[in-house]
Amino acid sequence: MANSALGAPHLPGPQPVVKSEVAVDGKVQIRPLAEAGDSRIADNVFSLAMLACGLSVLALVVLIVYELISKSNLSWHAFGLKFFFRSEWDPVNDQFGALPFVYGTLVSSILALLIAVPLAIGVAVFITEMSPRWLKGPLAFTTELLAAIPSVIYGLWAIFVLVPLLRQYVQPWLARYLGWTGLFSGPPYGIGMLAAGVILAIMIIPIISSITREVMTAVPQQQKEAVLALGATRWEMIRTGVLRNARAGILGGIILGLGRALGETMAVTMVIGNRPEIARSLFAPGYTMASVIANEFSEATGDLYLSSLIEVGLALFLVTIIVNALAQILVWSVTRGMPARGHA
Amino acid sequence: MPETPETAGTVTGVGLRRSVTDHLVTVAAAGAVLLVLLPLGAIFVYLVYRGIGALNWDFLTQIPKPPGEAGGGMANAIAGSVYILLIASTIGVPVGIGGGIYLSEYGRNRLGNLIRFTADVLNGVPSIIVGIVAYGLVVLTQGHFSALAGGVALAIMMIPTISRTTEEMLLLVPTQVREAAYGLGVSRWRTTLSITLRTATSGVITGVMLAFARVAGETAPLLFTAFGNQYWNWRADQPTAALPLQIFSYAISPFDEWHRQAWAGALILIVLIVISVSAVRIAASRGMLKGAN
Repeated sequence: MANSALGAPHLPGPQPVVKSEVAVDGKVQIRPLAEAGDSRIADNVFSLAMLACGLSVLALVVLIVYELISKSNLSWHAFGLKFFFRSEWDPVNDQFGALPFVYGTLVSSILALLIAVPLAIGVAVFITEMSPRWLKGPLAFTTELLAAIPSVIYGLWAIFVLVPLLRQYVQPWLARYLGWTGLFSGPPYGIGMLAAGVILAIMIIPIISSITREVMTAVPQQQKEAVLALGATRWEMIRTGVLRNARAGILGGIILGLGRALGETMAVTMVIGNRPEIARSLFAPGYTMASVIANEFSEATGDLYLSSLIEVGLALFLVTIIVNALAQILVWSVTRGMPARGHA
Repeated sequence: MPETPETAGTVTGVGLRRSVTDHLVTVAAAGAVLLVLLPLGAIFVYLVYRGIGALNWDFLTQIPKPPGEAGGGMANAIAGSVYILLIASTIGVPVGIGGGIYLSEYGRNRLGNLIRFTADVLNGVPSIIVGIVAYGLVVLTQGHFSALAGGVALAIMMIPTISRTTEEMLLLVPTQVREAAYGLGVSRWRTTLSITLRTATSGVITGVMLAFARVAGETAPLLFTAFGNQYWNWRADQPTAALPLQIFSYAISPFDEWHRQAWAGALILIVLIVISVSAVRIAASRGMLKGAN
């Protein structure tokens, strides 16, 4: 299989280290390489070892599924599918239902998407099509920096800065002008569903915007020029020439953001209020699937309690797996197999 | 950059509305950027402002004082984080790089695609789930919370990330380089390790550092694995403090003194992460893999 290289007189290796090893005193350096690895056994052992490493990724998923299913068995037998439609969460009497957590997870994530999607697409459009060239790099870097901040630090900031801000300014304002919808009523604690949605939005904007940016850059330059040549304004060019072509990938980015929001734990746990209730108002405290696990797992006494928590985890896992797989397929369809995450 | 929208408008004559729309959109997009940068700026300003105020020598050298008492620090949490990350890297980095080697050198087939897809999906699994798995795997087996369990949880998170970035970097190495080595009689495994992997070293290190920075701030998988500890601990089978855990428990505590220390801890954590991410960025832009990104 290596025969085609025989004709090549030297290594076109891009790294000086490799070049000097071969070019300066090739024989001395190469001979031990050749001799040490001359056996077919070594080759096979190596490829098997690498295969094992590769398979470990599959094994991890199998392991996760096995752990979650086997350890949630007890709760599954006790409550069945009704587990997800009961709103009782009473560890003292061993009554468990996950509805408040499912509700809290969905509402906080949807709220986050409503806030994040327009902003994230705006940022991506600005960086790829509008910003002056010198500003592109720093802007892209800064938005990526947002993604590197740990969840717990977002939570810390949310507790001491965002929540007071919401309580003093935003919530009274919302209550006065939009209170009639029923979504913004009740005492403005600051802490609650709204705070969780806002902090989640801040956290998923970088993911959505970096993927949107990636798929927008994948649109061929000629196509943009063609649209411009037809007399389109810049926005018309972006709308018809770029966004329309990149929409599958952008949708993938949004779904990936949704997946992140669904599973986000620490920041949400710190500001959502952690009360297993279903309330119409976004001012009211809530609870999510991830935060109930975070808060109660290490204190769960009783097998059924622990098993119920793990069943919540299993449901969360399945939902994020489906959401992520869907997003991956959409993004892959545009970027052709490169990883979906924007690398630094 | 495209021509100015004004000319497009005046030429066609119907352009006023279109031109106004165009400007409005530009303003809206710029507004979105400002709105997104605002919280980022606010977070950094607060971190530095509140963090530096609470940072002192005691914070870096002392262990926590009992609740409500002034003073004390997070020295054991900082050390614990380093300890747990070392365990995680010892497990996660070799396996991750191995997986990447498999994907790029042997994995041009359906199994490879399956692993690739699974790795990308695994990347999106909530970290709290990984915590549950490490709990079942290590904590239940050992009978108590431990640094090892925390390390295993973080390692599980590192493996898919490192595999994918390593693969990407190895694929950038030209096929001719490998073929040249084969042509000189070097065996395949030797070629992979001494030629291909070595050529891509800086890129692979970039990927490892990014994975490292990502798990360094993880809290959720440590909650019921490493668990936290108010004292020093150097045993892998005992509960261990970690910086993110300490920030979490201090932030939700009712004590002002602990709130102050949470900010200081957060500042230390973010400085560590930003340093590693930027160092990686600089190294990547100066290194041989210029076209990598």
